[in-house]
Amino acid sequence: MSGVAQPNLGQVLSGLLQALLGWAPVRAAQGRLKDWGVTGRMAVTAVPYLWLLVFFLVPFFIVLKISFSSVEIAMPPFAPLIQWADDKVMLIRLNLGNYQFLWEDELYSSALLNSLKMAGVSTTLALLVGYPMAYGIARSSREWRNILLMLVMLPFWTSFLLRVYAWIGLLGINSPINQMLLALGLIDEPVSLLQTDWAVYIGIVYSYLPFMVLPLYTAIEKLDGTLLEAAADLGCRPTRTFFSITLPLTKEGIVAGCMLVFIPATGEFVIPALLGGPDSLMIGRVLWEEFFNNRDWPVASAVAILLLLLLVGPIMLYQRVQQAAGGAHR
Amino acid sequence: MANTRPDEKLKPWQDPQALPYVRIERVTKRFGDFVAVNQVSLDIYQGEAFCLLGASGCGKTTLLRMLAGFDDPSEGRLFIDGQDMTGIPPYERPVNMMFQSYALFPHMSVEDNVAFGLRQDGVPKAERQERVSEMLKLVALDGYGKRRPQQLSGGQRQRVALARSLVKRPKLLLLDEPLGALDKKLRENTQFELINLQEKLGVTFVIVTHDQEEAMTLASRIGVMNHGRILQTGTPSDIYEYPTSKYVADFIGSVNMFEGRLVEDEPDYVRIESPELGSTVYVDHGVASAPDAKVWVAVRPEKVRLDRERPDQSENVFNGTVKEIAYLGDVSRYLVALDSGKLVRVTQPNTDRRDDRVTWEERVWLSWSPGANVVVTQ
Repeated sequence: MSGVAQPNLGQVLSGLLQALLGWAPVRAAQGRLKDWGVTGRMAVTAVPYLWLLVFFLVPFFIVLKISFSSVEIAMPPFAPLIQWADDKVMLIRLNLGNYQFLWEDELYSSALLNSLKMAGVSTTLALLVGYPMAYGIARSSREWRNILLMLVMLPFWTSFLLRVYAWIGLLGINSPINQMLLALGLIDEPVSLLQTDWAVYIGIVYSYLPFMVLPLYTAIEKLDGTLLEAAADLGCRPTRTFFSITLPLTKEGIVAGCMLVFIPATGEFVIPALLGGPDSLMIGRVLWEEFFNNRDWPVASAVAILLLLLLVGPIMLYQRVQQAAGGAHR
Repeated sequence: MANTRPDEKLKPWQDPQALPYVRIERVTKRFGDFVAVNQVSLDIYQGEAFCLLGASGCGKTTLLRMLAGFDDPSEGRLFIDGQDMTGIPPYERPVNMMFQSYALFPHMSVEDNVAFGLRQDGVPKAERQERVSEMLKLVALDGYGKRRPQQLSGGQRQRVALARSLVKRPKLLLLDEPLGALDKKLRENTQFELINLQEKLGVTFVIVTHDQEEAMTLASRIGVMNHGRILQTGTPSDIYEYPTSKYVADFIGSVNMFEGRLVEDEPDYVRIESPELGSTVYVDHGVASAPDAKVWVAVRPEKVRLDRERPDQSENVFNGTVKEIAYLGDVSRYLVALDSGKLVRVTQPNTDRRDDRVTWEERVWLSWSPGANVVVTQ
């Protein structure tokens, strides 16, 4: 855009903002806010905090509250935490039984461990598939790069649920894949992957691959090619260069990609429900069943809280790596 | 300076018996339709500091990258130490390179950067440490081993890059604009450090640069490149005093160029008539050119004398008017307009302090000796 002769969108917007700020009632309100010690900068930074407060922190406390309650046949199906005896005495009944129940019933710990295992395996698989993809895209010519990136993101244009359903057809006994393998003589009888852990792995890797590829692509694309030449010049073979230069210098992208796959995969519900078997019990599915089938909201909330606490660990790790990387670049 | 070392008798490139350490044989490199390097042949000898000099895009870096093994020649062959380098990957070549951007590994300490090459060769740890600290001492960076490259200044990084490329004791070191990223003052000091180091270690240097001053200081010989070809190869003084083409004469230093025509062509002298000068120029050596062909006479500004009175000399004396004066302290630069309108650059040393120097719009006489002329035909 030329931007010299004609005003661009930014200039128009800032002009409008100027006019708005000049408007008398706005100016009066601004003066009032200033008296209370609220500056424009604070107002701007407050927006995301407000968003988090309303859509994250408040629901979190509601769930936390329910997790300390007990089941009741009512609407909603849990006992209120705070009751008024004779409208005078406030009674707070904290029920720690839900957490104790989670601890005692092996179902939850095994579901939780299984979730971590499933998420771990699928993240590793996604990394193994995604890294070469990202590397290939980052090293391709400029015009190809955009097309390839588009192709990576293209599946997002259709419904997530639909795509997971499609895998049911692809992984079943009568699937075209099975028929092709039979025709080629690679297998003697049709194999069904459906309702196994592998079907869940395939589903998760397929669904979350873009989240792995994009941060990896960004990191690899940033990598200075002369560093690889320098390594070769100093006698380093290509495979070794990959492990001693490329991999450590794209660590940021690896960590980001793994987090973006691992965190949602741990709580994944749809994929194990549709593709997994009865054995592939994951915490997301347990949560769903507690909530909708058992209508045990307090236990479901306790599971949700537990899952959240469990995921805080990797998120903090991610933050730390990001900060360390930011420090190193400065 | 590198080209006036007193102890040397016969330079290797003058010795017909000497075997070149690097031989570039009719090498061409094409990128699509673009010819980056065009039929270049060149011999570089052991212990030389050879400078490839040219403007950006002239193919000098491509030639260097082919020596390092990052690019393969489209045609022709490269030999290093008598061995054909065709198909030999960079990590198997007896060559190290210092990159223009230094290409230091940001995730490694200075020590690990320098040790990287030794580690690839499986040098045992004790020896590795010894050689790394020896190298860091050589480039005056002992005590900086534990730092990260990004904690160092530009000059320090340059020395880390140098240490890293020298630690494997290569016979041939390729340097891509080695001082390009340094500021002027630092660059001057580093030039001499680099040459001292080269002499001390006996490494053959091939240096790529676009900076003619850098080339003049560092090089034993210079190859001037343009459009993928080497136009002229020679010692810095050869290149400066006896350029063989207009491009070289113009690229190295500043020069006055007069277009003309041979009117007298004798084996030991020629006379050239130049409308720009308004008369003929006398040159005290023969010129290999067809009679009546167009030629150019090149005269360096510092070889032109400037006087108020007509000097006692019958040839190569011209009259003009001073148009511009730049007083630079040690020298003054003048632009003198001849009667044809042609501007001539003159540089005069300010040998004594005086106030009656030539001033603007003064009529002056320009003169130079017949030996100051260089005649080029292309």
